[in-house]
Amino acid sequence: MAEVTMRVWRGDANGGDFENYTVAQNEGEVVLDVIHRIQATEAPDLACRWNCKAGKCGSCAAEVNGKPRLMCMTRLDTLPEGPVTVTPMKTFPIIRDLVTDVSFNFAQAEKVPALLPPPMPENGYVMFQEDVQRGQEFRKCIECFMCQDVCHVIRDHEGNKQHYAGPRFFIRYAELEMHPLDTNDRRDLIREEMGLGYCNITKCCTEVCPEHIKITDNAIIPLKERVVDAHYDPVAWLGRKIRRKTKRSASDATVQPAP
Amino acid sequence: MSTTETSTKVVLGGTRGGPDVATLRQDRWWIQPVITVSILTAFVIYSTWAAFQNRYYYVGANVGRDLISPFYSPCLASDCVPGAKAGFAFNGWALSPALLILIFPLGFRLTCYYYRRSYYRAFWWSPPACAVSDAHSSYSGETRFPLIMQNMHRYFFYAGLVFNTLLTYDAVRAFRQPGLGYGVTVGTIVLSVNAVLLWAYSLSCHACRHLCGGGVKSFKAHPIRYRFWKLLTPLNAKHMNLAWASLVFVALTDVYVRLVASGALTDYKLF
Amino acid sequence: MTYEHHDYDVLIIGAGGAGLRAAIEAKQRGLKVGIVTKSLLGKAHTVMAEGGMAAAMGNVYPEDNWMVHFRDTMRGGKYLNNNRMAELHAKESPARVLELEQWGALFDRTKDGKILQRDFGGHRYARLAHVGDRTGLELIRTLQQKVVSMGTDVFMECKILKLVHDANGKVAGCVAYRRPTGEFVTFGAKAVILATGGAGKSWKFTSNSWEGTGDGHAMALWAGAKLIDMECIQFHPTGMVWPLSVRGLLVTEGVRGDGGVLRNSEGKRFMFNYVAPMFRDETAESEEEADKWYDDHTAGRRPPELLPRDEVARAINAEVKAGRGTPHGGVYLDIATRRSPEFIRRRLPSMYHQFMELAGVDITTEAMEIGPTCHYIMGGVQVVADTAATAAPGLFAAGEVAGGMHGANRLGGNSLSDLVVFGKRAGAGAAEYIEAGDLAGPMNQDEIDAAIAEALAPFERESGENPYDIQRDLQEMMQANVGIIRTQSELDDAKVQLENFTERVKNIKVKGGRAYNPGWNLATDLPAMITVCKAVTIGASLRKESRGGHTREDFPSADPEFGKFNFAHSTNGGDWDSEIVTEESPLLPMPDELKALLEEAK
Repeated sequence: MAEVTMRVWRGDANGGDFENYTVAQNEGEVVLDVIHRIQATEAPDLACRWNCKAGKCGSCAAEVNGKPRLMCMTRLDTLPEGPVTVTPMKTFPIIRDLVTDVSFNFAQAEKVPALLPPPMPENGYVMFQEDVQRGQEFRKCIECFMCQDVCHVIRDHEGNKQHYAGPRFFIRYAELEMHPLDTNDRRDLIREEMGLGYCNITKCCTEVCPEHIKITDNAIIPLKERVVDAHYDPVAWLGRKIRRKTKRSASDATVQPAP
Repeated sequence: MSTTETSTKVVLGGTRGGPDVATLRQDRWWIQPVITVSILTAFVIYSTWAAFQNRYYYVGANVGRDLISPFYSPCLASDCVPGAKAGFAFNGWALSPALLILIFPLGFRLTCYYYRRSYYRAFWWSPPACAVSDAHSSYSGETRFPLIMQNMHRYFFYAGLVFNTLLTYDAVRAFRQPGLGYGVTVGTIVLSVNAVLLWAYSLSCHACRHLCGGGVKSFKAHPIRYRFWKLLTPLNAKHMNLAWASLVFVALTDVYVRLVASGALTDYKLF
Repeated sequence: MTYEHHDYDVLIIGAGGAGLRAAIEAKQRGLKVGIVTKSLLGKAHTVMAEGGMAAAMGNVYPEDNWMVHFRDTMRGGKYLNNNRMAELHAKESPARVLELEQWGALFDRTKDGKILQRDFGGHRYARLAHVGDRTGLELIRTLQQKVVSMGTDVFMECKILKLVHDANGKVAGCVAYRRPTGEFVTFGAKAVILATGGAGKSWKFTSNSWEGTGDGHAMALWAGAKLIDMECIQFHPTGMVWPLSVRGLLVTEGVRGDGGVLRNSEGKRFMFNYVAPMFRDETAESEEEADKWYDDHTAGRRPPELLPRDEVARAINAEVKAGRGTPHGGVYLDIATRRSPEFIRRRLPSMYHQFMELAGVDITTEAMEIGPTCHYIMGGVQVVADTAATAAPGLFAAGEVAGGMHGANRLGGNSLSDLVVFGKRAGAGAAEYIEAGDLAGPMNQDEIDAAIAEALAPFERESGENPYDIQRDLQEMMQANVGIIRTQSELDDAKVQLENFTERVKNIKVKGGRAYNPGWNLATDLPAMITVCKAVTIGASLRKESRGGHTREDFPSADPEFGKFNFAHSTNGGDWDSEIVTEESPLLPMPDELKALLEEAK
């Protein structure tokens, strides 16, 4: 039976170090399988977060050989020879071993002004496939937060966490802004408080997305263009003036409760 | 003792896990930045040199051709070589006519979402590659001057459309060979391919995709804009390839015209 | 010992579809609501549901209505269902699906802009509202975002150890520990809603995640509620069989709904040989007839691949046993030869990626190897259909942890709608219970202290067994003895072995500290797992017939006498190792108008 050496980060907020484990490896196994084998044999207290082991829940994100990966979807036979390095996501504070405190993301989720649709007709809303499909791409998100982890805006600049929502929430905002029923306007909020301007579209979020969501091309850039519409485009501004379209701001919108 | 959770707070400064190193990546992540730097630097050096040459940018009636380099079209200086001159001219412009116009295509590429990605990574190292540390200690992204000007991309896009029209006109005009009638030469093909690539690059632009249809909330309510958006979306996915192809080809077009104009090469007539 | 304490009107244990829907309902009624989940918010097992949620909206087939859905559910459940639950579910699920769109869900659409519905096993009409093959994710994300926008308190990675009573035996709260720190926490609540999901992790080949340990089933039993139908376990016919590391991973029934067929190693569509008499009238007899059906349900009868899950799982099992299985011990699920690659990628994107990335199989060109996998427990806490109230005052249950709705076998797509229909009802039931007054007093401190002491015991032992070894052995034993096909001698053996496991659990030694220690967490899961396994085994050994998700080799056919009652389990004592007492609990009498619906169908 083949063996693999795993270099796993062990530690907590007080510090830590790599520990090497050499364990058996069977055909077709993923990183999470051998982490489980380490737990079941040498280190029952090795902390790692996981749930579905099928790439559907996004719990087991960690960094494998320095790159954010879902441990359950990373087959060992796709990795180069030699020890496999597994570390916790770097952007978030460590809890223990491979588990990090991802509450940053839940704080961001609380700030999102909800969908504000018109009252529902008795037989449900009428929406068309071409109008729901853009949002559906973003709703594939499994909230593994690897895009947040890899985003250098907060990975390398801790202070930006105060005023930057991150790629996961940009796709959420894009979904709402493209929702055919939504009547909220979040463009001011996105520019001023969610820090869309901090994104310099280096596309790492798209590269790591396990759901292959085109985060940058289909969400962030369209949002940037929407912000340009609202703030940096005098032609569009003039057009709005002429057509007397008053611009609603997100702060007004949040006052209106969703049904 | 009884407490209730209030809203979740963003806490800064928590201890992070893993070793304090720039990256744990073992693959050759530096290859991409190296390639980007090489090609862009080569292009900048060549185009600067070519723009300041102020000669060999036009192949005229003396050899039965009408080929103009894209770097010099439209030729707006009063001392442009005969035949190359556009209908309008700046009197008293003493420098190369290329310098009058290159700001527009340059601005379009400089503010292009794809090139931004590339040069922020390769030149500014912010970040050099994914999960490799940013080379700078502070970072404000595109929220301040000068980088907030990136939001002007769509104006350069509009200008780019004007240039594409002019270069298309140049390419079409090249088929009419003074004194020889109509014909196809290597030069006409070069100019045509250049125009097509520039159109493809412009139309695949993210701003274009947004303006044509991406900006609407309901496609169902805007069927024509939806059709445009559907056409542009696959093109947009190729924006990177088109950015490189059109960049390299526009330089090659200038090289070709320059070689023919200087007499080093004869523009071969195909039929 | 000091620890955190919180008080709520309604405390909801579990943040899957049922828990979140209950929270929304209770919150909308102005109550103070707390949600506790073992994992992070949005990771619950609901995300694993793929195919869709059943609701007779009639968007694709206007002939469809709640009466047909009711009949399908009862037939699928082999008439062991709580008929009132099946009725409420069939009547209310369309409204529950529609309201999700108010909160942001985006289902796939019909051409005229309504919610598209797809075919699934056991449903007469195309009835499953869906989003590609990730409907569960859509459901949980929608509810999660709604709950967050309402400002609800959510305690993540917080594991409930035990429910706690007041001095008079009413459920008054619970004791838990926070996984990141290992610190204990107590919750006082006027009403507690269990929405803890299933129990499939006690089997070796399962589609359940580590969370499916049956905590809610066990806690309800210990707290004085009753469990019914525990022997009825659904083995989903299509789980992955290779590579071994993903064996059991679910392959959505949507593959068959969208045209996929089952073949044995000889390439034969074997399902035609396994049509039970009950379904013969409505099932196609030839491949030609079956293939016509996909495009027009009136042109032919249903393909046998779309029989209810229990039928298909047994057929696959029989084919493999007869030596016509694949190299890895499954059968082939083939959609590659029947649908275009574009169609497959569009309709089944996550299946495409799952096979590509985990097995290196391109399902647009190759057949999948699949076999039955433990998927769902029909059995659960006995509840009052209208209010979700259990026999323990102050305790409610909804979702997979509740029993009765699905009878002996659940139809695909009925679980997601079950979650929202009865999640809402549980929230309302709890609210009405609180309004009626007569609530529990303070929690009994002795119970709290005992639960904490029990949780800490594995640290204090000088030596003992690794919890992972016990879990592995338990899974192997349950797979072998109480698996898809059961027989008396194996069940008797299982009962003896479960007593051994009980002793082994009392001798667990946990290494390391309390902060995020998965070994310790498993040690706290094992009492619930063993309790559930005992109830399953007892029920399986008493039910001397085959019905739905319970198949006995020694009693291969259904016995009408056993169709008149559920086996209901309760406990003497309330400790995790207290003896389980089982009785026959007669089925809810069926009103004549519902009987008439079933008669019509025959």
